[in-house]
Amino acid sequence: MVKQKFPVPVITEHLQVPRVQPDAMAETKPFVAKAEFQEALGFPGELVDNWQSVALDKMSELLGKYRALPVFLDACVKCGACTDKCHYYLGTGDPKNMPVARQDLMRNVYRRYFTFAGRYFPKLVGAQDLTESVLEDWYRYYHQCSECRRCSVYCPFGIDTAEITMAGREILASVGLGQKYANEIIGKVHKIGNNLGLPEPALADTLTGLEEEVEEDIGIQVRFPLDEAGADVLLVTPSADFFAEPHVDGLIGYAKVFHQAGIRWTLSSYASEAANFGIFIGNYDQMQKVAERIRQAALDLGVRRIVIGECGHAWRVAYSYWNTLIGPFDFLDTNYPAPQHVCELTYDLIQRGALTLDPSANDEKIVTFHDSCNVSRGSRMGSMPGGQFTLPREIIQSVCNQFVDMAPETTHEQTFCCGGGGGLLTDDLLELRVKGALPRVTALKQVVDNHGVTHMAAICAICKSQFSKVLPTYGFDMDMIVSVHQLVGDALVFNSAH
Amino acid sequence: MLTAIFAIGLYLAVLVLVVGTAFRLVHYVRIPVPLVIPTTPAPITRTGVVARLFREVVFFESLFKGSKWTWLFGWIFHFAMLIALLEHLRYISEPVWWWIVAIQWIGLYAGIAMCLGLVGLAVRRIVVDRIRYISAPSDHLMLLLLVGIAASGVGMKVLWHTDIVALKAFVIGLIRFDWQPLPADPVLLIHLSLVIVLMLIFPFSKLLHAPGVFFSPTRNMVDTPRERRHVSGWGERTSRRKVMSQEPKSRG
Repeated sequence: MVKQKFPVPVITEHLQVPRVQPDAMAETKPFVAKAEFQEALGFPGELVDNWQSVALDKMSELLGKYRALPVFLDACVKCGACTDKCHYYLGTGDPKNMPVARQDLMRNVYRRYFTFAGRYFPKLVGAQDLTESVLEDWYRYYHQCSECRRCSVYCPFGIDTAEITMAGREILASVGLGQKYANEIIGKVHKIGNNLGLPEPALADTLTGLEEEVEEDIGIQVRFPLDEAGADVLLVTPSADFFAEPHVDGLIGYAKVFHQAGIRWTLSSYASEAANFGIFIGNYDQMQKVAERIRQAALDLGVRRIVIGECGHAWRVAYSYWNTLIGPFDFLDTNYPAPQHVCELTYDLIQRGALTLDPSANDEKIVTFHDSCNVSRGSRMGSMPGGQFTLPREIIQSVCNQFVDMAPETTHEQTFCCGGGGGLLTDDLLELRVKGALPRVTALKQVVDNHGVTHMAAICAICKSQFSKVLPTYGFDMDMIVSVHQLVGDALVFNSAH
Repeated sequence: MLTAIFAIGLYLAVLVLVVGTAFRLVHYVRIPVPLVIPTTPAPITRTGVVARLFREVVFFESLFKGSKWTWLFGWIFHFAMLIALLEHLRYISEPVWWWIVAIQWIGLYAGIAMCLGLVGLAVRRIVVDRIRYISAPSDHLMLLLLVGIAASGVGMKVLWHTDIVALKAFVIGLIRFDWQPLPADPVLLIHLSLVIVLMLIFPFSKLLHAPGVFFSPTRNMVDTPRERRHVSGWGERTSRRKVMSQEPKSRG
């Protein structure tokens, strides 16, 4: 087990709402992006001298570009419904991790410079000058939000702190305070095509290795095609699927599904990444630029369908934003939604009886499902609202005999973030990640204790990486976290005479 | 003199309320919503969105999920206020509409319920450490202002009766620009003064939450981004430019 420099929260039987502990997480902030990575994305390399006026100009610009921003900043009545909803507040007790207080870091500045009341009666309405310490708070606390939108479910006005956080990060980047982890990754996508900086030869090698591994395992040649023009399906998946555990077992699962369904598919070395960290830093242009690679790859390879692998925010970007950013998808097969989630594809195949499944292959597992935040609250699957909850569950129940849901206030639209989403999956934020996982881990422990759950399935690369890392700090086995398509792959029955 | 002060005060307050709020809403409407961001699961039809907003405005659906106590006090306060406002329509309708006559008896209870709801909210604001932390002076004062309005209204119903016939003549006079004297009862003057303050601050304060909820993209957007390409404002321009510039490379 990893030795921690900070106390790991104790799991209680039921989740406790902590008392307010001011500045509990004031020491926590991610590394600032170095000049070369900032400049590569068109941001200033370091904090500019006139940062205050640059920040306010940027804020003014964003207020005129995104309607949500002024509406959200004006409408909050401080009712407090969100105050006990954020996993980072629940895990840390730092009041600035309460969604409304996180918003207030910006709202108070907005009031000071952009509203009548704040200009003339700042004390009365809590308006605040944009001082250096406010800017530091922005950097800290806009990087202690995973943009999971849980707060927005409970807000009577639908205020989504994620939108405020995105604006905050956008302003920070524009004055020279970008975040190292996210901005370096975006740079790698522009340069190489994926978050990991895995070049084409290495990717090809990895895929060949996987083909051998699967053949050894099940005695069947399952292909992992790369850059095959004329394939029907372009699969775009988070690059963690190429080698990280347990992600890679999910990739093997997709390949087996394609194989058994007889679908010609391919990966692309040019667009070898589903993740789009442009959403995390709140930058429309970066998000669009990252997404464009995928449209380009689809056109170049002449595919008829685009399918997205298991990745939460990637699915939100693909489902909700792609049509706007890089659409229309009139060059694709109109019989299928564009883009399509791999769970939608697998679900349809199961419905049509196109897959031979033996759920007893997973009989040693009692499985629960972790709803990923961006899938749950920022997207849909299938034709009905809520399909993002039912499809993955029905898939799991088709391939596993033993399935148990976690407590209802921690699943579906009320799901808790894994603690590592929104561009925070970096070791310089490990304390935050561990503490932020507390609500999810508490719910997990309940089903482990009461129902003997052995595995938690997820459809998000960040969730999988995060849980692999933090579950052991709470005394769970890191192998508890599995891909949904690993369960599918293991249950698929192949005719060995094939 | 008194009549003139309140007449001008009320004209001004209504003007600020209507024009100020209208300006704000027009401002919102002119700002694009570049991306599809409903909090999902979300309706996939416009009718569904209307139903979602209806549930939000009438039942405070999201708040109910979020905090039962705040919901209870908040809902009681808002709906008691709605009834009290409707009851007050008797001052501007002539002859008084039958359904306004029919609800007159509830007015007193609505006023009391308003006070109870507001006190509940105020107690939460002070007692719950999280809500205390996020409260600015204006948040406490807003509750005080509303309690003042409700309590003075209830006071006139039960203790310090005012001449409502003369009051109605004053209000109708305002509407017809034919001023009639305002009864000089202190409680009435307090009541009216507080109402004037409330209307004046409406467009410049968190009271904008009332119209704001209808403009909230997380609540008013249809969840059909794949079925219908969403483009708006500057998002449309950048999307077109970039998509078109890359088209020829691959398909020729």
